[in-house]
Amino acid sequence: MKFSLGPNMFFWPKTDVEQFYNQAKQSSADIIYLGETVCSKRRELRAKDWLALGREMAQDTNKQIVISTMTLLESPAEIVTLKKLCDNGDLLVEANDLSAVQIMHDLTMPFVAGPAINCYNLSTLNVLLKQGMTRWLMPVELSGDGLKTIMTQAEDANIRDKFECEVFSWGYLPLAYSARCFTARSEDRPKDDCQYCCINYPQGRKMNSREGKQVFVLNGIQTMSAYQYNLINEVNQLNDMGVDIVRISSDSEQAFTQLDKFKQQLLTPIKHPLDLEHECNGFWHKIAGMSVA
Amino acid sequence: MELLCPAGNLPALKTAIDNGADAVYIGLKDDTNARHFAGLNFNDGKLAKAADYVHQRGKKLHVAINTFAHACGEERWKKAVDNAVAIGTDALIIADLGVLDYATTKYPDIERHVSVQASTTNLEAIKFFKNNFDVQRVVLPRVLSVQQVRQLAKTSPVPLEVFAFGSLCIMAEGRCYLSSYMTGESPNTVGACSPAKYVRWQETKQGLESRLNNVLIDRYQEGENAGYPTLCKGRFDVDGDVYHALEEPTSLNTLELIPELMSMGIISVKIEGRQRSPAYVEQVTKTWRMALDSYQQSPDNYQVEGNWMKTLANLSEGSQTTLGAYHRKWQ
Repeated sequence: MKFSLGPNMFFWPKTDVEQFYNQAKQSSADIIYLGETVCSKRRELRAKDWLALGREMAQDTNKQIVISTMTLLESPAEIVTLKKLCDNGDLLVEANDLSAVQIMHDLTMPFVAGPAINCYNLSTLNVLLKQGMTRWLMPVELSGDGLKTIMTQAEDANIRDKFECEVFSWGYLPLAYSARCFTARSEDRPKDDCQYCCINYPQGRKMNSREGKQVFVLNGIQTMSAYQYNLINEVNQLNDMGVDIVRISSDSEQAFTQLDKFKQQLLTPIKHPLDLEHECNGFWHKIAGMSVA
Repeated sequence: MELLCPAGNLPALKTAIDNGADAVYIGLKDDTNARHFAGLNFNDGKLAKAADYVHQRGKKLHVAINTFAHACGEERWKKAVDNAVAIGTDALIIADLGVLDYATTKYPDIERHVSVQASTTNLEAIKFFKNNFDVQRVVLPRVLSVQQVRQLAKTSPVPLEVFAFGSLCIMAEGRCYLSSYMTGESPNTVGACSPAKYVRWQETKQGLESRLNNVLIDRYQEGENAGYPTLCKGRFDVDGDVYHALEEPTSLNTLELIPELMSMGIISVKIEGRQRSPAYVEQVTKTWRMALDSYQQSPDNYQVEGNWMKTLANLSEGSQTTLGAYHRKWQ
């Protein structure tokens, strides 16, 4: 089983991004995803900078580098940027919207279907395979049982060897996307005058209930889980099920520690009690996502 | 421009047609549609009656099969397509790529519309659906500004349908897992957001509280209008500020955009609310029919009338309406 670092979904200053990926180079990850997936106004790194960083990483390491792309694309300008990223010539691309699937298919290039592509069943998997998908991340709300069913069906249909299966296994879960920027709203600014305020919240802004329960994280136009998803206790189950890649989200430098922990868990499994105030694994167990099974 | 109205049962469907809808959209009585609520929707017998009523009056019927098919139950979604086609539906509204593939292969001659749940917001995504499933219409999510809709309408190879009135979903539909995060059930997986079985109301010393799966969504002081605790419309605490962090309880109302939508060539305006009563459907349909007719009779003199706005505001969440994402400032 391989381990990946998912794209960082927050907005950090360029130097912090560079520092993070310098560390990522030294990390135990086999695959590294990078790129802006949330908001096209975030331009500390532009498309060409992400590609340059990706190429540098590919050159300096023997890790696979993947360019992750935007999830909610609304303007022609965003599509122009998306096309640049897709048609990059050498790096694999993670599609997070069907627009990217369309573009990769036109280019006859393979792609990774990211977690924001709604693939809940075998028929959809088949549609995406015909488009050129070579790796699949299931939607984060899908359960372990659901995944197992699809994997078994894929075996029976003789297509299991046509794609790798990757599972989002640690970090703040990407849960929703809107036209509205909730971080700008939290500072009482209109989106068109957001002053890129997301950069002041390297871990997003916590949105709590009025009783103090952490509910969501506001991250620009994206809403995330307030608890970090953690499938460390399920990692051997993932392995047995034939999952090829475990994804650790690049929330912060914590990701590097988690990578090592997950790898260790695969070798010598021990029970890790989850912190009920900060962690969850409900989606995998088909209960409320915020809960711990 | 077609006026497309919702119906959760036969009386609502008849009301919509009798009050001026050009077409009605409905769902089957199971989790294959995104308004899977108790006591709502159409079984096989009712489905046939619905089709007869609509067709005898020269109107159209659309059937929404717009949740995502469960891995272990794909047959149910295929059967829903079969049933809708068997009673003579004029269009299938579909979100799942696998279900679309099935409908395209098996019933190439039946119109396929891309559901709002498929979250299609740009030209390349529209091309994807056109190229693979030869769809005849795309329903746009409620995330685009008027300018963005206009740009898309100019270049889209497929006619576009937009939401005109009703409860406002502020997230890109089909890509929102907030409800399953809080309750385990979401529009994508069970066809319902913030399901009623997880809702609890409680009078406390601090006021009337609404909860969803035990999470406090809102707390109302006396005299405040208490609404259904849809989880994105509650008041939350962000670093000490308590406010509607995501959205106020409000409904979308685009009466004032009719001239713009017409000039863009939008093919259909959709009224949200299959879960609403026949009385609601009657009022909204009647008002929108009047507005569309008034525009058609005299486009240059079109004006939104005060009593239309008043009627619609009274039917709206929190008795207030908004242009939502169509209006850039809302974003």
